This record gives sequence, structure tokens and C-alpha cells, in this order.
Amino acid sequence: MLFNRVVDSAITIIMVVSLVFVAMRILPGDPAVAALGEYATPEQLAAFRARMGLDAPLWLQYLTFLRDIVTLNFGTSMITGESIAAMLLANLPYTVELTVAAMLVGMIIGVPMGVLSATRRGSAADYSARVIALAGFCVPDFFLGALILIIFGLKLDLFPVMGGGVGFADRMEHLVLPALTLGLVMAAFTSRLTRSALLEVLRRDYIRTARAKGVDEHWVIYKHALRNALIPVVTGFGIYILTMLSGSIAIELIFARPGVGSVLINGINSRDYPMVQAGLLVFALFVVLVNIAMDLIYVLIDPRLRRVSK
Amino acid sequence: MTQPVLSVSNLTTSFLTNGGWKSVVRNVSFSIAPKETLAVVGESGSGKSVTALSIMGLTPPDRSRIGGSIKLESTELLKLSPARMRHIRGNEIAMIFQEPMTSLNPVLTIGSQISEALTLHRGISQREAESETVRLLERVRIPSARTRINEYPHGFSGGMRQRVMIAMALACRPKLLIADEPTTALDVTIQAQILDLIKTLQEEEGMAVLFITHDMGVVAEIADRTVVMYDGETVEAGATAEIFSDPKHAYTRSLLAAVPKLGSLHGIDQPTRFPTVDRITGVAKEPERRANTVNEEDRPVLEVKSLVARFDMPGGFLRGPSGRIHAVENVSFDVRPGETLALVGESGCGKTTTGRCIMRLTTAKSGSILLNQADLLALDGRALREKRKGIQMIFQDPYASLNPRMTAGEAIAEPMLVNKLADSAEAYAKVGELLKRVGLLPDMAGRYPYEFSGGQRQRICIARALAVEPRLIVADESVSALDVSVKAQVVNLMMELQERLKLSYLFISHDMGVVERISHRVAVMYLGEIVEIGPRAAIFNNPQHPYTRKLLSAVPVADPTQRQRKRSIANEEIVSPLRPLDYAPPKRRYRQISPGHLVMDSNLDRVDLMGSSNRGPFCK
Repeated sequence: MLFNRVVDSAITIIMVVSLVFVAMRILPGDPAVAALGEYATPEQLAAFRARMGLDAPLWLQYLTFLRDIVTLNFGTSMITGESIAAMLLANLPYTVELTVAAMLVGMIIGVPMGVLSATRRGSAADYSARVIALAGFCVPDFFLGALILIIFGLKLDLFPVMGGGVGFADRMEHLVLPALTLGLVMAAFTSRLTRSALLEVLRRDYIRTARAKGVDEHWVIYKHALRNALIPVVTGFGIYILTMLSGSIAIELIFARPGVGSVLINGINSRDYPMVQAGLLVFALFVVLVNIAMDLIYVLIDPRLRRVSK
Repeated sequence: MTQPVLSVSNLTTSFLTNGGWKSVVRNVSFSIAPKETLAVVGESGSGKSVTALSIMGLTPPDRSRIGGSIKLESTELLKLSPARMRHIRGNEIAMIFQEPMTSLNPVLTIGSQISEALTLHRGISQREAESETVRLLERVRIPSARTRINEYPHGFSGGMRQRVMIAMALACRPKLLIADEPTTALDVTIQAQILDLIKTLQEEEGMAVLFITHDMGVVAEIADRTVVMYDGETVEAGATAEIFSDPKHAYTRSLLAAVPKLGSLHGIDQPTRFPTVDRITGVAKEPERRANTVNEEDRPVLEVKSLVARFDMPGGFLRGPSGRIHAVENVSFDVRPGETLALVGESGCGKTTTGRCIMRLTTAKSGSILLNQADLLALDGRALREKRKGIQMIFQDPYASLNPRMTAGEAIAEPMLVNKLADSAEAYAKVGELLKRVGLLPDMAGRYPYEFSGGQRQRICIARALAVEPRLIVADESVSALDVSVKAQVVNLMMELQERLKLSYLFISHDMGVVERISHRVAVMYLGEIVEIGPRAAIFNNPQHPYTRKLLSAVPVADPTQRQRKRSIANEEIVSPLRPLDYAPPKRRYRQISPGHLVMDSNLDRVDLMGSSNRGPFCK
């Protein structure tokens, strides 16, 4: 099964990066002009294009591009001349720690909130959980980020609001507010998903069986129902990772954090083709890897997916 | 007299609905003595399941109210705290349910689901519970119990899952077992095994059983005493033998009249309608003798020759198929105008696939299907659509087979419009006529499916099938989901339509009682092949093939005086038609017993070639 997934993922990644390749070349704006400035002479521009391989026919550019991906040769930035691989590698940990922390926050707040909401259906707790979830959906992440920054960072001065931090403790401290911002938005999503999945599962026949056995209601929910309800929730996470990544770009800007998102934004602004392509490749890989991880989690949760080899 | 295990008096259960409190069970009283089996019988909506859930305290606490008294020996259950009641549930009263496929938790091993009851109520260690679980699984005759406790429910067939449910229920040696339609979803041979198992275990454990069912045959087979419920109330209660021999209440009489009794048509050639009894007055009306609708000289409407349908089982990425399901293997039969051919057999025998091949809903691998001498398998596109009008289909579930957003009239008019048989005005004019023909009123055309009962919906489906004036109707388990009395009405309607319109039916069913009423000829299918075919009387009175005999002997007889001697509690499974890729079906020969009565001349004992008989995709 894993082998199938890897093949599927490879195809997905190739499709994503090819789309990026095409999109970047369709978009208006000349990378040579962007790199050398408006006053560069035509000779300088031509020399730049020749150096970067931009004068080659499109198909050759595409093949070179694919070869570079397979050999993990990301090249250098058109603008700064720095190694792209090194830049990404330096920034990637910040993005990973932000998304992982935000997912944890989202789950730790969202799942119990959804359980509470489902089991006390119609109560004040359910009502408030649903209002909070709806609010979480409606508030854009950059606005929530700014709000959290102002309240917890500037007014209360509890946590740092700029940069990514140096050293473990400092980095964790810098992580709190951005992760909270992204995590709260995800918690809203998770709690709604958990609530509806759990309500659905609680109607199933096997829950009646558990109750008929005399199982305590608490155990009915945590042992018999929640594990079944988590199956659609995990699916939701796999899809949500996309929202999370685009959210992380805004959050990185607000909190002036390093990360793949800021690298990407800089690359797009300066028409730095190789930079953008590499950045998006990293994002695509990230999404694909998270989804493979979700598939493995499915198998852990749902024994029906464990293929018995006969 | 000994103290009853359970005494229910004046039980009244109400549910909160949009319009306020609505009572669904009213003033029901009964008691069950130790070791006794009491059947509560009734049709859907009679309140029988709610009675069971009320005893278990499993009605939704915030939306239900229970009045009266429910005593377990001398403990009043309705006064117990939720915690005390939990201790009773699964410990002193255990329950098994109708749907074994969905009643087990898919993410927990069966071992842990059974031992949960043990550790919960008997306070024994995990290790002790595990060995007790193995013992329980052996008691319900699950083979290789020790290895199977670590498996998950999806590896078990329906019959096996119901055994697991029974093991779970017996775990704490309850005083009372409540069985809510435990065999309704199972095949008839599996049903016989489970009923025997319950009976044997009851004798061994000395527990009382409250058996809830709609099936009078099962009642006759298993119950000492019977309570008949109708619309939330008890209409009659007494010893089972008495209720069957001398029913007092009009409703009981109408219910019994509608029960198909195997062997009741002994000596009658033609299919015969069910007798009807007026539910209120109790006046019985014997069915009229039916005229012969079949002319032996006519050419068959439908001729199926050497039909084969096989499906490959996917083997995984970049791998070929891992096996092949021989769903239909060399099946041949014909149906004459005005004739009903019944196709009978258990889950996975290929009867539904045969029906779907005839409708060209499933692609046949080879063979031919002649409808009025035109081969449907050779046609395509427009020509196929033109010809296929001659066959219509009625499905099993009348709730799922009508579009909820289309009115009855739209549903019935659609086939006429799609096939361009009529313009809109003509079609809607004909709708009223069709509704009348199936016993509904023309002004019901504007109503939506949810406004109709199950039986009425099936009538609408019949009207929809009749709209294009077909010669042949394929009825796939069309009455299986209906209540007994409604089933009898719909079967009577189908027979009446046959007489009037000279319709032919291919009646696909597992219900031998109904088949005996409706069919002229019967074909018995097993593992994709017809093992016996012949006139109804020959099949029912002189069955030749061992499988036909097994099938007939498994049908519960709705007559407590003919309670069958105990069969062995076999745990055979329904075998799967899954075969290796290189499997070549053997050549079959048929032996003629009497004119038109053919039986397959081969050994029934077929080896299970894949070694995974009980996990085939065709097994329930």
C-alpha cells in the first residue's frame, strides 16, 4: 500500500511542479529585468538570460528543470546568487515547527471541544462551542494573528513577536503566538468536524451494543465512538494542511518569522524562477508527506484497511 | 408458582416528537418464567422493539418517558439509578440485535468486545477474561476460537458475527436474553443454525428468552408463549400452540392468514393468492381459484441460454486480478407468457446477478438472452433501449428505489416520457389509471414518496414498471422488505396483474413460502449454477438435489405442532463462488426426474478452492 502511495505522490509532485513551471512563464514580468533593474542594457539582459538558460527553447528548459528536480539540484538564486538548497534548508525548520505546533494546538483544543459539543448536544456548552467554531471560521488568520500579536505580545508583553528565535528555548517562545493563531483557526475546523463525526457514530448500532453491555457512557464515547469518529477527522487534517500552509505565509509575514513562506514571497516578487519553483516543490512535498502520514494513521485507527496477506 | 424472571406491567413508553409526547407502547403487560421463551410478535410500528429497549433502559433519556413497572425478579428496574441499571445491562439482562453486520464495533477486536462485558461486570483479570472469551466462542461454535479472538469483525460473515454477539450476550450468564429479530438479516439456512444455537444454549444455561420477531414461522419454531402486538398495544397473549390453532383476535387471524406456510399448496397446481382476513372484523376470504395463465404452446418471452457472468477480484497495484468470482455459470432457463419463474437461493448464489444481466445492468461474459427471439446481448444503444422496454424491474427496497424529490406521478410518468411512448399530457393521464390498477387512488399522484407506507411505495414501483407495458417483470426480492400482511397484499396484486395482463415474472427471492404461492416453476441456484429446476409442485414435494432439500428443511414452519426435531448445530458457512484464475468450471449434466423437472447430476461436495470460503465478498 505504501508503495502505491509513493508512486501516486511522485506523480502528484511532478504535476504540481510542472504547473508551477508553466505558470511562472505565463505570468507577466521578465526575470532578467527584475534581477538587473530597469536600466540594464539589452546586452546585459541577453547575457543574463544566457547564463540562466532562459534563452533556451521552452522544452529544453522544462527538461533541465525536471533533471534538476530529480537530482535535487535546486541551483542558485537569480537575484542573490545564494544556493537555494541552503536557503530552504535554513528556513524549512521554522515552517515545520510552526505547522506541527499549530496542528497540535488545533487537535488539543478542537477534538475535546467537538466531543463536548456532540455529547452535550443542545446544551449551553454545545452552543458556545459552535459559536466559537463559527467565529474561528469567519475571522481571517492574518487578522487573528494581528489581534493576538497586539494583545499577548504588545499589551501584555508575554511573548516575543518578532523573528524565529535562536536556540531551543528562545525558538519555542517565539513559536507560541504564531502557532496559537494558526492552531485556533484549525481548532474551529477540527471541533466542527469532530462534532458531526461523533454525532454520526453515536447513532450506530455498535454503540447501542456497547450500551447494552452496560458500558459506562464515558467509555462508550472514548473507547467505542471516538476512534471511529476520528477517521473522517484525520481525512479533514490531510485536506486542512493546505489551508495551514497558505495561512503560515501570512503568519510569517505578520510575526516577521523566517520560513519557506517568506522565501517564496520574496522569490515571487523578484521573479526569481528557480527560487519559486523550489519553494513550491517543498510545499508540495510537505502536503504529500502529510497525506502519506495520514494514510498510515488511518491504518492504525481502522483495522479494515489492514490488508491481510493471504 | 415460581417467581417470573421478568414481569412487565402496564408499560407505556412515549417519545418526544415535534408535536409533543407520543406514546408508542401502551399498557403492555407480560411476564417470563425462568427457562421460558416468550415471543413478542408484530409488524413494523407495533412497538415490539421499543418494548425491548424500554426493558433495557436504552431509550434516549432526554426524549423518552417510560411508565408502568418492569421488574427483574423482585427489582423494579424503572426506579434504578443509571449506574445500577448499567450493572444490570449486559450482566443480568443481555440483548442481541437484528443487524449483525453493524452491531459490532469495527475498530475493536472481537475478543476485546466480548471480554469487555466480563471485566466490566465480573471484575476478573484481563488474562482470565481472555480464556473465558475463548470458551464462550467455542460454546457458540466458532471454529479456531483461540486465534480468531484477535481478529476484527470485518473478517466474519453475518452468521458468525451473530454468534459473536450471542457469545457477548452470554458472557455474564444473564437471567434474561432479549433477542430483537436476531435472524431477520440472515439467510434461511444460517437462520436455522442460529435459532438452534439459541435454543440449545438456553437449555444449557437455563435462562429466559424474550424473542422479538415479525416472523410467525420463527415464533412457531421457538416460543413457549406469544404476545401479539399491534400499534403499541397487546392484542392477544397466550400459549403459542393456542394462538396458532385458535387465534381469538381479528388482527392475529389476519396476520396468520398472511403468513406463507410451506406445503399449504399441496395438491394445487396453479399459483394461489393469499387468503385475506379483515383486520377489524376478522372475516376471512378464501382466495378464488386462479385460471391457468400459461399456454404450453406459446413461445417463451424470455430465453436465457448458457449465461455466464464472472468478476475479477483486484489484486493490487500493477498486479493482475487475484481471483475470479464465478457469479453466474452456464445458466439456462426460459419464461413463457403469463408464467412466473422463481429464482431461489441464498446470498451470493448468483440470482441477483442473473436478473441484472437480463436487464443489461451487469455485463454478461457469454451466453444469450432472447427477449421475444431478439438477443439482448447482441444489441446496443438505441436498439437495446427499444427492446429493453419489454422488461422492467422492481427492486427490493421501496424506500431507496423512489427518488424522494419526485412525486409518485412523476416517477410513474418518467419511463413513458423517457421512452417517448407518450407526450406529457397523455403520460399524466395514464398515471391515474396505473395508480388505480395497483390499488391506489389517482389523486395520490401529487404526493411525494415519504407520504406513502412501504407497501404503497412498492405499489408505486409496480405501477412505474407497468407504465411501459412490459411483457416481463424482473422482481428482485421485491416483497422481502415488507411486513407480512403487506407482503401478502403485494403478492396478491402481482398475481392479479398477471392474470389480467398476461405478464411474466422472473421472481428472484430467498423466501420459499412466498415462492410457493406465486410461482409456476422454480429454479434453485447454488454457487452460480442452477442445481434444480422444475414445476413448483415437483420442487416442493419431490426435491432431488441435496441443496434444495437443505434449503426447504431450513424454512421455519409456521405451525407449532410441527416443530422440527432439533437439527445439528452446524456452523457451515455459505460458500463463496471465488475461484483461482485458472479455474475451469466442470461440465454439468442434468437428469430428468419428471417432465420439466431437471436436477444437476453431480457431487454437491465441492472443495473450497480458495481456502477462504467465509470471507468471500458474496458472503454476508
